[in-house]
Amino acid sequence: MNLGFASPRDVAGALDAAGYLPDDGIASAAYLAMAMGRPLFVEGDPGVGKTALAHALADITGTPLVRLQCYEGIDASQALYDWDFPRQVLHLRAVGDRLDPSVAEASLYERRFLIARPVLRAIEESPCVLLVDEIDRADDEFEAFLLEVLADNAITIPELGTIRATSPPLVVLTSNRTREVHDALKRRCLYHWIEHPTFAREVEIVRRHLPDVAERLARDVAAVVGALREADLLKPPGIAESIDWTRALHLVGATSLTQQAADVTIGAVLKYHEDQLRAQRDVLPDLLERLA
Amino acid sequence: MTEAVDVVATMTGFARALRSAGVAADGTRLETSIAALDLLDPTRGRELYWAARLSLCAAPDDLPIFDTVFDLWFRGQRPQLPAPSMPQRTPVLARPLAGADAVSDSDAEDVVVRAAASSVEVLRHHDIAELSDAERAEVHRLIELLRPRVARRPSLRMRPARRGKLDIRATVRQMLRDGGEPGALRHRRRTTRPRRLVLLLDVSGSMSSYADVLLRFAHAAVRVAPRSTEVFTMSTRLTRVSRQLRLRDPESALRATGTAIPDWSGGTRLGEALRAFLDLWGQRGTARGAVVVIASDGWERGDADLLADQMARLARLSAKIVWVNPHKGKAGFAPVTAGMLAAMPHIDTLIAGHSFDALRDVAEVIAHA
Repeated sequence: MNLGFASPRDVAGALDAAGYLPDDGIASAAYLAMAMGRPLFVEGDPGVGKTALAHALADITGTPLVRLQCYEGIDASQALYDWDFPRQVLHLRAVGDRLDPSVAEASLYERRFLIARPVLRAIEESPCVLLVDEIDRADDEFEAFLLEVLADNAITIPELGTIRATSPPLVVLTSNRTREVHDALKRRCLYHWIEHPTFAREVEIVRRHLPDVAERLARDVAAVVGALREADLLKPPGIAESIDWTRALHLVGATSLTQQAADVTIGAVLKYHEDQLRAQRDVLPDLLERLA
Repeated sequence: MTEAVDVVATMTGFARALRSAGVAADGTRLETSIAALDLLDPTRGRELYWAARLSLCAAPDDLPIFDTVFDLWFRGQRPQLPAPSMPQRTPVLARPLAGADAVSDSDAEDVVVRAAASSVEVLRHHDIAELSDAERAEVHRLIELLRPRVARRPSLRMRPARRGKLDIRATVRQMLRDGGEPGALRHRRRTTRPRRLVLLLDVSGSMSSYADVLLRFAHAAVRVAPRSTEVFTMSTRLTRVSRQLRLRDPESALRATGTAIPDWSGGTRLGEALRAFLDLWGQRGTARGAVVVIASDGWERGDADLLADQMARLARLSAKIVWVNPHKGKAGFAPVTAGMLAAMPHIDTLIAGHSFDALRDVAEVIAHA
């Protein structure tokens, strides 16, 4: 799945055109993942654009995105495939008496009675981008299922045989590090830690998402959000929060960041009461004065 | 051709340097890095950097080490390991921790304790700080036999049961097997799973007589439920030692742990260590719904207000907070140290932990949390 990208620079250009501003690391990671056919394991603070990267990759490769959201207790029948039992019963009732029993039984395990869950869908629809979101939320037993799929790009269904991808899907795994993912899985992947963006890149990203807002506002927000990340809060804001906040400020009619506008919109950027109090007391007044 | 050989040799050496600095740059990753370099232009510094970093690193902790080793390796001189950006690691063996700074008021009783050295009964009640080496070894053996289990909580998983919710899938599957004839209904029920257990052990100077035993207790807990138990040590900084404690043999586990802790017997900054835990691990999920055991005497050198704030945060996240204070076993104990006073409002259970029996109580409390 190389799709004509000859270097990280090509990928960077395409991502840029698709509305995702990559830095060197992201572009190299995406290029190598595609060129080497390796899954990409992405970590980073919440809101730095891990999931958005998968969406952008689907965009630039012109392929569909198949998303598997992991959660505690997820198992193969929710992630890989499941048999459609009620349909099988109906089928059996309809044909049962007219067919030879062994033929009737064989006709039960056909592809049309198989419900494709995200991973099987990705294997069948490939080329595509398979996003395995928040793998750290799944139990570690679940990683073993994925391991087989990632290693062979195939799923073995006992009753039906092996379903193999014609071209391997581009797999992106994200993790928030609530627990350590097993090394056997990580070892098959390229590992990338996404940092918070630099000031200039953040302004660009915000303006890219919200072309209507005043440039002054975007710059003010990027500066303040950058300072908030340094301010040792319970939940430092990510890029998603910068965009939300800018949108909120724009909606209340602000063209630059003022104390009053910040007070009414602070819920868009800081989601803990303690953080809001701290920011309003220690960080914002000083910063807004300097910006004004 | 010669160029290709050079790439392999250089990357092999580089991966080895990373490994000895503690990065998980194993053989598979090395192969990946060489394959990646093949696709990029290694003469351009940035591409070399990213190809190596993407394939050889495995965690954010690896990145500063990687950067340092990378600079040293590819900008001239061979690195002196460990890399300077890492904390200075003084290898500390699993040593008997009763040093000169052990509890000083124990001197008078020393003679009496030694006289009773062989009696297990006496050993069980005695303050660990006051034991001789032989007695301590006996207590260590007892701790290994302790199997601290954690209370269970309902899980999302279901399993077949006689009564409970109707299991449509299993019922229909049985129907299929019977050629479509309706049969007996199948039921299923939620299973339970152990709550996560988080042990935060104070290994600062004032706790040095108990740190060894507490780590052994942690090892016993990790052995029972390796996947749902996390152990951290606190002193001037926070160190995660869960991985080291997964080694089966207690002696090698403790040796590995000792090497991993950079600030053994240092000062106490409970508030900061707790905040580091909550920022990096706790809030993301490790402390959520967990039983948290903090073992410390509460001698806080830092800001007690910070500790109070962090304890409040922890209390909101966790299911239960158990504080183990070895001094609670002493006559006339009152929680008067600044740290203890700050933490008290958020603690569910305060217990001693100074003797084997006290540790068994800790196991008991955890089991019913």
